[in-house]
Amino acid sequence: MMELNTLTAHNLTELLKKGDISPLDICNSIINRIEKTEKSLAALAHFDKEKALERCGNLSKTAEKGELWGIPIFIKDNICVKDELTTCSSKILKGFKPPYNATVIDKLTGLDAILMGKTNMDEFAFGSSTETSCYGPTRNPWDLERIPGGSSGGSAAAVAGDEAIFALGSDTGGSIRQPAGVCGVVGLKPTYGRVSRYGLIAFASSLDQIGPITKDVEDAAILLKAISGHDEMDSTSADIPVSDYLAGMKKSIKGLKIGVPKEYFIEGMDKEVKNSIKAAIEKLEKLGAVCEDTSLPHTEYAVSVYYLVATAEASSNLARFDGVQYGLRADNIKSMMDMYKKTRKEGFGDEAKRRIILGTFALSSGYYDAYYSKALKVRTLIKTDFDKAFQKFDAIVTPTSPTAAFKIGEKISDPLTMYLSDIFTISANLAGIPGISIPCGFTKNNLPIGLQILGKPFDEETILRIAYNYEQNTDWHKRKPDIK
Amino acid sequence: MAINKDTVKYTANLARIELSNEELDHFTGQLDRILAYVDKLSTLNVTSLKPTSHVLKMKNVYREDAVKASLPVSEAIKNAPLLENNLFKVPKIIGLEA
Repeated sequence: MMELNTLTAHNLTELLKKGDISPLDICNSIINRIEKTEKSLAALAHFDKEKALERCGNLSKTAEKGELWGIPIFIKDNICVKDELTTCSSKILKGFKPPYNATVIDKLTGLDAILMGKTNMDEFAFGSSTETSCYGPTRNPWDLERIPGGSSGGSAAAVAGDEAIFALGSDTGGSIRQPAGVCGVVGLKPTYGRVSRYGLIAFASSLDQIGPITKDVEDAAILLKAISGHDEMDSTSADIPVSDYLAGMKKSIKGLKIGVPKEYFIEGMDKEVKNSIKAAIEKLEKLGAVCEDTSLPHTEYAVSVYYLVATAEASSNLARFDGVQYGLRADNIKSMMDMYKKTRKEGFGDEAKRRIILGTFALSSGYYDAYYSKALKVRTLIKTDFDKAFQKFDAIVTPTSPTAAFKIGEKISDPLTMYLSDIFTISANLAGIPGISIPCGFTKNNLPIGLQILGKPFDEETILRIAYNYEQNTDWHKRKPDIK
Repeated sequence: MAINKDTVKYTANLARIELSNEELDHFTGQLDRILAYVDKLSTLNVTSLKPTSHVLKMKNVYREDAVKASLPVSEAIKNAPLLENNLFKVPKIIGLEA
């Protein structure tokens, strides 16, 4: 029999229902894997084996079993779990244990999933490589010299490396899709408002969404359904019914209209990525979709808009880390101001400081109109591009990233170059639309390539349907890394 | 130059972050390159556009003004670095330079 840790949630649920295995078997399989590979991957921020086993033992044994009964899940370190370390991989939240659960956590435990631990991330989700974590970088299971993407790099590496069955990430500018893409797994960013943000430690409140990182599309549908829905604790949560994604995705894609925006196939983009995406588009056509070229003319402004809007919101959200209510407080302080400044100097890493300063600058008197206000107006243009495209198309396909995983250290000293690695994922957050990344090929160096499918607001069903049909007719998702 | 050292220093102070001279040097260079890049927005005429601060069509969200269960104080403040009598303890504010 295959090792249980390598299986998907839907495989495991079947085995559990038949009584072939127990939740403890799955839990032990995960723990064994972690003991073997975690030294190489460093995917986890907080993991306590005894606690995981205890939760497994406490699982209800009654006949009424939740849909995720006995399935272990890992959670990104910026999602609050009551009385468990939740630090955003930042020194400033050292020791922080939230007094409440995020809504998504209550939903998962309500369905009898088992919380295993927290995954590593870029500090406060600021990054595309998981190198800015205060715990050090996570490594890509396909090549330990390379980044796992970011900021949900720990979740993606844990899933790709079979330390996790599936995991939650968060996506503000691509932080679920890009790591899923470069780790060869499935990552879905829901429509803004689809999943409650209550208990997600805010980075950019108008862009953040929690979403699934999984080994296949079916698991993404299952996990999305589990965490979606209206929540009165989040005033931006949408009161719109949740579709039956599992049933919807199994329909054929014959006749679906898919747009291919020319701005995503830019001069100088990686040839292997380009060829894989072209081949994927041909495959979708063979499956009956009608793919046509289109244009999203303001794409080239997306990175600029994003790094003003996201940092402005971040500078405001991160003002709460002041050494008073939680986390770190610097020693040897003389005054209130001294406490703020020293605590934030010691507690934040380089990228957090850079983004807070950039965002503060964009919002500051004299610069507000030229930067923040202007960015919000250009955001309207980017959103309108998608509104127009979706009048004609059911979905849009693009590469998830311009390249496969880059080397650890390659871009960390040049923030602008790092920011440009998000170029294909950012627009979806600015427009609030859903997007999924699925594996669609490998480079000659055996590094995964991701296909991004973007959909209309609240139409996760269609992107899952395209992803599922593609996946069922390809084998990319079945490949496993050989972790050395 | 889009930004200079004095402005970075001033902005860091607004953000309540102390910077070393070394940080000030390298952040100024990096922020200047980032701002030079985002300057491409200035090529667009946006005067007739409305800003998008968030994408949902909803406006105000109301709920009944009813008292509900909330966290006990001891739970809500348990993560504080310094407490006294169930209150956050902070350095003296009045009588010292701000």
